[in-house]
Amino acid sequence: MSTENARLRETPVVSPPKIRLATVWLGGCSGCHMSFLDLDEKLLELAERVTLVYSPIADVKEFPEGVDVALVEGAVANAENLHLAHQVRSRSQLVISFGDCAVTGNVPGMRNRLEMEKVLDAAYGIGPQRPPNGDGVLPPLLPKVLPLHQVIPVDGFLPGCPPSARRIWEAICALLPPLPATAGPVTGPVAGDERSMS
Amino acid sequence: MNMTVPTVVQTSRTIVIEPITRIEGHAKVTIRLDAAGRVVEARFHVTEFRGFEQFCVGRSFWEMPGITARICGICPVSHLLASAKAGDALLGVSPPPAAHRLRRLMNWAQIVQSHALSFFHLSGPDLLLGMESDPAQRNLMGLIDRYPDVAKAGIRLRRFGQEIIRLLGGQSIHPAWSVPGGVREPLTPEKSAIIAAMLPEAQQLVEMAMDLWSERAALLREELAGYDDYPTYFLGLVGPDGELEHYDGTLRVIDSHRKILVDNLAPERYESILAEATEPWSYLKFPYFRPGVKEGEPYRNGAYRVGPLARLNLCDRAGTPKADAALRDFRALAPAGQAVTHNFHYHFARLIEIQYAIEKIAETLEHPELLDGNVRARADVNRRHGVGVSEAPRGTLFHDYQVDANGLLTQINLVIATGQNNLALNRTVTEIAAHYIDRHQRLDEGVLNRIEHGIRQFDPCLSCSTHAIGHMGMVVEVVDAAGAVVERVGR
Repeated sequence: MSTENARLRETPVVSPPKIRLATVWLGGCSGCHMSFLDLDEKLLELAERVTLVYSPIADVKEFPEGVDVALVEGAVANAENLHLAHQVRSRSQLVISFGDCAVTGNVPGMRNRLEMEKVLDAAYGIGPQRPPNGDGVLPPLLPKVLPLHQVIPVDGFLPGCPPSARRIWEAICALLPPLPATAGPVTGPVAGDERSMS
Repeated sequence: MNMTVPTVVQTSRTIVIEPITRIEGHAKVTIRLDAAGRVVEARFHVTEFRGFEQFCVGRSFWEMPGITARICGICPVSHLLASAKAGDALLGVSPPPAAHRLRRLMNWAQIVQSHALSFFHLSGPDLLLGMESDPAQRNLMGLIDRYPDVAKAGIRLRRFGQEIIRLLGGQSIHPAWSVPGGVREPLTPEKSAIIAAMLPEAQQLVEMAMDLWSERAALLREELAGYDDYPTYFLGLVGPDGELEHYDGTLRVIDSHRKILVDNLAPERYESILAEATEPWSYLKFPYFRPGVKEGEPYRNGAYRVGPLARLNLCDRAGTPKADAALRDFRALAPAGQAVTHNFHYHFARLIEIQYAIEKIAETLEHPELLDGNVRARADVNRRHGVGVSEAPRGTLFHDYQVDANGLLTQINLVIATGQNNLALNRTVTEIAAHYIDRHQRLDEGVLNRIEHGIRQFDPCLSCSTHAIGHMGMVVEVVDAAGAVVERVGR
């Protein structure tokens, strides 16, 4: 595709030292990722400090090696969540339990008082129907939904449903290497409302 | 063959794309090829299931707005509203007029933020960087790097919607605000003034997005060339005069000739026209338009679409000047009198709805009743069955609750927008796969991303979607190897 366009101004690529950031989404509502996107214009600043190497909002399909910081949203609810959680742990220096579902199991964990087979049967086994058998494609659900730290060791907890953008920003800034004194904008905590980046 | 993505596994017969990225939810696609390497079928598999309808049984309906908002972080407001409206029905009350206006205001704000997210943050990398550009850069950060002005515009437009939700409900995601009987907090004059002050920039941003779309659509001819364009039914809400509607109104169903098949149907009667099927390979059910399936036909003949494309096809008019002008351009994409059936136009439909929402927000802010302090009607349980409906960004959403005398839930049915697009989603992935693999003999990362983009056009919300259960009509089909229906079991 042509990228020639007068109005769509292209800027030169700058490459200061960046950390390798991953964001991961297990069993949850994506609200923590939406709160991450609520960083709004701070995302432009973040883009100068980190390389987003893996994320549900990016197209790299395999969790890469050598990740510096991984923010993991969601509880561990099925076999794929479990597999990915182990991969994240073995390939990341710091793993942060990101939001209440990862921290406690939260709303996805509300099914834990019920037997999984019965839940599936109640949802799908109606009239002539049967629950999906997966056909070799669907990951089996775990009997109980687990918080992240029950399946892998984690290095930090970032609670909230979701954590506010301000809280996310402060956590990320704490994990970034300090900027040299002359190197541009201050990335410390922002002033103002806890719930807003503005 | 150039296979650059390590998790794209090719066996002798089946190609798997997993996970599908830049969508809301967990899914994969499998493409089955015959011995000659031609596409037999592609399937869109939703891999998650939560069980809300089961674990909420026994809880109070008062809790449901807060719990069901957690179905989805992108469109929590839709669940808040549908749940609160089902609660209104259980109480047997009509919330005060200001509460209705405030709920509508929050819903329009959500449409802006969710559609902006879809267009800029999620599909923007495909539309600007290219469908077949470097997958390592094909994301929001790559967009920030290459087109910072466009990325910033998307961020600002989404933020406009999120700020209004935050001003009304205290936080932008999962605000505990809309409740059975109304809303918790009225709008103050100060907050109303803040929203009004943000409007000019929002208007400027949506105009910029429309211009950007015109430019890009002109370049993306391949996407409009002979695939992913098929007739289905369309379902959605319309207002009393047939205008675009996102909060109330009645159900309308049209066919691809824009012939009205169902009109003025009370939303609580959705079961009279919808049924659903289950397949072993997806947690997402397959709802269909029951009158669209004749005796002996497969249920997929009842495929219907919901969401922005459906809403614009089935309304008579938008109801605001700028959106109506854009709607005329939208209608011109199809032959006179016909519905716009190409899924690529979902993108344009989303921008028109953003325009509409901005105009409606401006209009609502002028209404003297909006600042009224009476925003909540109070009552106890007066009815045992309540249905709440709203048009979520992705389509029509139903919350259907049955309670006991104490308001404890005995049965819950959530009919979610994306589920209703499931048949169309599967057809889209099959058509795009066949177009590139069979006709162009291509099977590389770029083609696989085009298939994923086919899914992104619908802006699916899969956290939400695996919920359609309950007492709708059901069907199971037994098919032979050639795909013909040999047996149907229904109830």
